Amino acid sequence: MSSPDEAEAPEPGIARRPVEVATAAILIGLAGLVLWDSYGRGAGWDGGPQNGFFPARVGWLFLAAALFILFQSFRSENQVFVTWRQLAQVVRVLGPLVLFVALIAPLGLYVAAAIFIVVFMGVIATARWWSILLTAVLVPLACFWIFELQFRVPLPKGPLEAALGY
Amino acid sequence: MKQHWLAACAALAAGVSPAAAWEPTKAIEIVVPFSAGGASDQMARTMQGIIQKHNLASQPIIVVNKPAAGGAEGMLDIQKSAGDPHKLITTSSGIFMTPMATKLPLNWKDYTPVAMMAQDSFVLWVNAKAPYKNAGDLMAKAKTSTPPMKVGGTSSKREDNLIVFAMEKAGGVKFSYIPHTSGGQASTQLAGEHVEATTNNPAEDVANWRGGATRPLCVFSEKQMTYKEPVADGKSWADIPTCQSQGLDVTYQMLRGMFMPGKVTKEQQAYYVGLFKKVSEAPEWKDYLARSALVADYRDGDAFVAFLKADEEKHAKLMSEAGFMAK
Amino acid sequence: MDDLSSLFTGFQIALSWHNVGFMAIGVVLGIIVGVLPGLGGPNGVAILLPLTFGMDPTSAIILLSSIYWGALFGGAITSILFNIPGEAWSVATTFDGYPMAVQGKAAEALTAAFTASFIGALSGVVLITFVAPLVASFALRFGPAEFFAVFLLTFCSFIGMGRDNRAKILASLCLGFLLAAVGLDSISGDLRMTFGSTELMRGFDFLIVVIGLFGVSEILLTVEEGLVFKGKQAKIDLKVVLRTWAGLPRYWATLVRSSIVGMWMGVTPGGAIAASFMGYGLAKRFSKHGKNFGKGEIEGVLAPETAAHAAGTSALLPMLALGIPGSATAAVLLGGLLVWGLQPGPMLFVEQKDFVWGLIASMYLGNIAGLIIVLATVPLFAAIMRIPFSFVAPVILIVCAIGAYTISNSIFDIWLMLVFGVVGYVFKKLDYPLAPLVLALVLGDRAEDAFRQALIGSGGALDVFWANGLVTTLVLLSMMLLFWGPVGDLIAALNRRGRAEKPAAAE
Repeated sequence: MSSPDEAEAPEPGIARRPVEVATAAILIGLAGLVLWDSYGRGAGWDGGPQNGFFPARVGWLFLAAALFILFQSFRSENQVFVTWRQLAQVVRVLGPLVLFVALIAPLGLYVAAAIFIVVFMGVIATARWWSILLTAVLVPLACFWIFELQFRVPLPKGPLEAALGY
Repeated sequence: MKQHWLAACAALAAGVSPAAAWEPTKAIEIVVPFSAGGASDQMARTMQGIIQKHNLASQPIIVVNKPAAGGAEGMLDIQKSAGDPHKLITTSSGIFMTPMATKLPLNWKDYTPVAMMAQDSFVLWVNAKAPYKNAGDLMAKAKTSTPPMKVGGTSSKREDNLIVFAMEKAGGVKFSYIPHTSGGQASTQLAGEHVEATTNNPAEDVANWRGGATRPLCVFSEKQMTYKEPVADGKSWADIPTCQSQGLDVTYQMLRGMFMPGKVTKEQQAYYVGLFKKVSEAPEWKDYLARSALVADYRDGDAFVAFLKADEEKHAKLMSEAGFMAK
Repeated sequence: MDDLSSLFTGFQIALSWHNVGFMAIGVVLGIIVGVLPGLGGPNGVAILLPLTFGMDPTSAIILLSSIYWGALFGGAITSILFNIPGEAWSVATTFDGYPMAVQGKAAEALTAAFTASFIGALSGVVLITFVAPLVASFALRFGPAEFFAVFLLTFCSFIGMGRDNRAKILASLCLGFLLAAVGLDSISGDLRMTFGSTELMRGFDFLIVVIGLFGVSEILLTVEEGLVFKGKQAKIDLKVVLRTWAGLPRYWATLVRSSIVGMWMGVTPGGAIAASFMGYGLAKRFSKHGKNFGKGEIEGVLAPETAAHAAGTSALLPMLALGIPGSATAAVLLGGLLVWGLQPGPMLFVEQKDFVWGLIASMYLGNIAGLIIVLATVPLFAAIMRIPFSFVAPVILIVCAIGAYTISNSIFDIWLMLVFGVVGYVFKKLDYPLAPLVLALVLGDRAEDAFRQALIGSGGALDVFWANGLVTTLVLLSMMLLFWGPVGDLIAALNRRGRAEKPAAAE
């Protein structure tokens, strides 16, 4: 489960401590939100637990754990969380992925998938242009055949599919 | 070339003239606001089977389950699909009760009613070994029980819960209502004597009745059911007395019907009314009704709308009396 | 024995050539739906159900239950190859299966998973064949308090081990519970923690969270090291199957334990998901190689797979005998039974002998057919690891997105998957354990419901949790497992102190 730590690499990058602190802070914020919502609906015992009872108890535990993690993070030794080079690689995958999801609503899943393949493979730039195009056409077509035609699972469709009568 | 395509399609889409009868142009989706395997799901899949077997529609039918949040997920989906003539939703009384209990911005008047397919009865069930001979015995025992007698049902602030509340009011007693995620689960809990009674629909408890684990006391309807074929112990659905006749003055039935999204044309609505009329006349449908002991009660058009209006009023009254309305 | 002769009649029915054909088709379809996340067993069965209305019920259920077997087998494939569980019950398979694939042992892991599945399923079928009525009446003894105790036992067998940062284990567990609580609370009928959002009303579906946390985050971690798969290329041929088999008898204890856990969880509808986690947790605790779990230990693949399949198979028993489905797929099959005009329940065994025994016989044959088919595909699936990353990664991500979408036809869920992908990436890098989160997410609300149902019934008195022998035993077992770790440590520490005086040669 644990990721390989490359502590010996002196490469520059984002330090681990600020990420630990930020994560703990977000968890504390979530715990606060849960507690606020649960007590708002009643977190007591009314002939059995009310519907906020468990979330509230778990919320307190969560808060305690998150506070402890925050405290810990100030004492732990500071390592590199992710080097700039690694982060750049991650962004090269995450960027096209976000674009893909954003395009699903306006263009439909199949067209967005085709664009995603072109951008993803283009950014990585290890494949020949014709193999990129072939993948970009064949993969959505295969998905369409499997999901839409064979299993009759309707996936989001856009103007292109509408124009083709689906 | 592509422009030609688009133009042709646009012309085709616009060319569905109001005079011509409307026909679906792609697969028809039936949204079931309950999980797979439940009573609504079975109804939808039975209809799907009948439509495909008899070739009643030119396009395939797809059943989609959207069970989250007590069915609100499916209802919201239909709300959002206004104007889409290829979507239908199966409904129960939940169409009134879910918005009332959760304050979600949903209203059946934003949908297009198609047809009511049947009504479902509710029956008071007890464990086969229980000493009660009729509803009166059970109510008398409930009066003296501490902690209060346990009654199982499906979901909270829904049909079963309303009936139990009405029983409390009618008999001046207090029950512990225990919500389950499905009627089948409630039935099993009754068979294992973890609850004293359930208010399940006939189909939800018939297996255990036939297996000799549970038995019906009375039906929460104004009239007895009509199915005379023996089910268990030589008794039929028609042999179950009404609860009113046993001194428990509670009646409740639940509609099972079909709706479309709002803003569809009259022709589109008419197409589905015709389709479900044919379904309701198929022999397989009659078998299904008998098997699930549903009350055959097909209505469309104004008769359906009038029924919905009256039923909504009744539910609003019951829900606010029981304190189930969301604040 | 009457049952045996019935079973032979059943075999005759199931072995007719068209039924064997249906079996093969069903298994292949099942593998496909099991491999594609989001298409799962329930979908596959539900989609084909209408096609079977015209068929004779025995052939129909053979076809549909074969899909179920196929889906059970197929769920393991993506878990091992890409760390993406195709089904909820194969989450625990990723813990050791994926590390094995990374080490170039994908073929061994797949073989182990399939064989374990087969052994689990077979033990489930044997259970159904011989003790059906007995077991069915045992299942009836489970009320809400007992259900809660079963879930407690699952948690306790899984948590409290591991040397990870304890605060982070706790935070991860709490987060899982809280995510599970979002949406409609089935006991009160009110919405919780939705903050007025209609999208949150649905709650967080288990599969979406898991696809994000495990699958998407794994791809992000992988690309850090360059745009290639982590997997080492391994020589792949069918001999791997035989070699893996030769090593299996060593793990008989794990296989037996997981089979028992699985059968038990399937019958008391705790389900295959809970069974897989419990099987893994117990194996980790009692195995000699417990310390290697999570790093690519073959036993960590065998344990959850055996348990999941034993449970998945035994889950059909309460469905047939009582009409309560032990799983979502069983629920759809149940709907099918009704549509074919069969009434599940105790009478089914009496009134529909041919059907029941045909089905039971098809369970044996379907699993054998399934095993042969999936083993034949091991080289094929293992070869996927050789396709260049830049081709496979986008396809995996697209299939993940489709999987997330199909669960409730919502694009919002694809965004959620993406968010959980990033969360998983950060959590893995910060050493937050993900397994407790997943476990709490999948069982948290069911445990809470059972707890509250029990208390409504008892009028708020907590003594329902030690009211009878069954529930007391379960609670005591849970406590034993929970404190096994600390107590075991203590005993070990005492031993070490005692031994420290002697020469340290024994160590």
